[in-house]
Amino acid sequence: MIEVKNINKSFGNNYVLKNVSHKFLRGETNLIMGESGSGKTTLLKVMIGLYGLDSGRINYDNREFSNMNIREKRLVRQEIGMLFQGGALFDYMTVEENIMFPLNMFKQNSHEENLERVNFCLKRVNLENTNNLLPSELSGGMTKRVAIARAISMKPKYLFCDEPNSGLDPKTSIVIDNLIQEITQEYNITTIINTHDMNSVMEIGQNIAFIHNGVIWWHGNQEELTKTNNKELNEFVFASNLFKRIRHQ
Amino acid sequence: MLKGIRRIGEYFILMKKIFNKPAKFSIFFKQLVLELTKIGLNSISIVIIVSIFIGAVVTIQQYLNIDDPLIPGYLIGFVTRDALILEFSPTLIGLILAGKVGSNIASELGTMRVTEQIDALEIMGINSASFLILPKIIAAMFFFPILIILSIYIGIIGGWIGGNSVGVLASDFIAGLQYEYSQYYMTYSIIKTAVFALIITSVSAFFGFTTKGGAINVGISSTKAVVYSSIIILIFNYILTDLLLT
Repeated sequence: MIEVKNINKSFGNNYVLKNVSHKFLRGETNLIMGESGSGKTTLLKVMIGLYGLDSGRINYDNREFSNMNIREKRLVRQEIGMLFQGGALFDYMTVEENIMFPLNMFKQNSHEENLERVNFCLKRVNLENTNNLLPSELSGGMTKRVAIARAISMKPKYLFCDEPNSGLDPKTSIVIDNLIQEITQEYNITTIINTHDMNSVMEIGQNIAFIHNGVIWWHGNQEELTKTNNKELNEFVFASNLFKRIRHQ
Repeated sequence: MLKGIRRIGEYFILMKKIFNKPAKFSIFFKQLVLELTKIGLNSISIVIIVSIFIGAVVTIQQYLNIDDPLIPGYLIGFVTRDALILEFSPTLIGLILAGKVGSNIASELGTMRVTEQIDALEIMGINSASFLILPKIIAAMFFFPILIILSIYIGIIGGWIGGNSVGVLASDFIAGLQYEYSQYYMTYSIIKTAVFALIITSVSAFFGFTTKGGAINVGISSTKAVVYSSIIILIFNYILTDLLLT
């Protein structure tokens, strides 16, 4: 479980996160949703330590991450898998080298053992026999799946996903969403997904937090989401005609 | 002014991060070999082309400027040799490498920054600055002096060819090359080149590594890397000459 307590973060005079507190549960797909510019990416980057905090605390299974020095943070980060918006694959490495990279870096395994793990991860994301392709030869959906394979190669305890569906067609988005959910349950990890895609929210959202103007405005589950009377949340969730019609049904 | 001081401070903070023990030496050596190829071997052709023409032009200019029966003929070879060792090869090739290698480093790291590849390294628990930049610095500091020695030899060959074309006797030219040779000049040239290598790689890496935004900013970082590296090279050229030769 990851717990954030009273987090404040500003860039100059722009206060992006205001007293944010929330618990992200293990074995569940924890979603952070909100409009563009609401502070959800900042929250994610603060949680993994890419941005410093103004005040507040971040606990990874009762280990206070926010107070750790850079070396201690690096050790915790080895337990984190991250799926970036654009995949962030190393473009001079093949698919196999990308997935094997963290294994080569931190495990004392033989090449054969690492290769076995790479092939297992590729099979898990349904991308067998793509070992020798370069990132430039992959489609958007394949890039995301390779990024997931790399993220799970180290058997992480925590998986962070920053807008995993951006730039993908609805069908591929569902494949990615389901894959993330399956992996979360299969390995019993704490998964945090940053999204503004309502399809994802309705597809895999278990523990949902709505962030509005840098504040956790609402949190709950899918069922509560459809029944809430929260004005700002409803304006966000039911912005499209499709969701308005669903609500009226 | 304040922004400039802050950037200098950021540069030294980055340097502190870079000069750290690599997390895994086998991967570090793999990266080092890759950088030696990219930064060193891939620069050989440009160094040869530039050096041969510089050598030829310097010789022809010396011949035209000191065309006097009272001045001994070997002086052309002597001046060409010292001009190449002391200034033309280390500084001019340094500036050309600032353009070629510097822009390459800044754009590579800038692109990695804006496509979140550097963030991905950090999330994996890797010191991204040390992992990406240290092999570049070591490769350049090792290979640039080799390139400069090559440049001096090729420049002398160019000088001999240029001299031949305007009627400088080969025997005079060779006698000039051997006249009052000081080994210290080569040492000075190599020290200067190693410092230039550090400047080119670290300044370019700094601009690339701290890129913010998108493709336009990568271009801006790349331009800044070349401009600032070149200016700093010229400043250090003066400082080192003052310290080492006077």
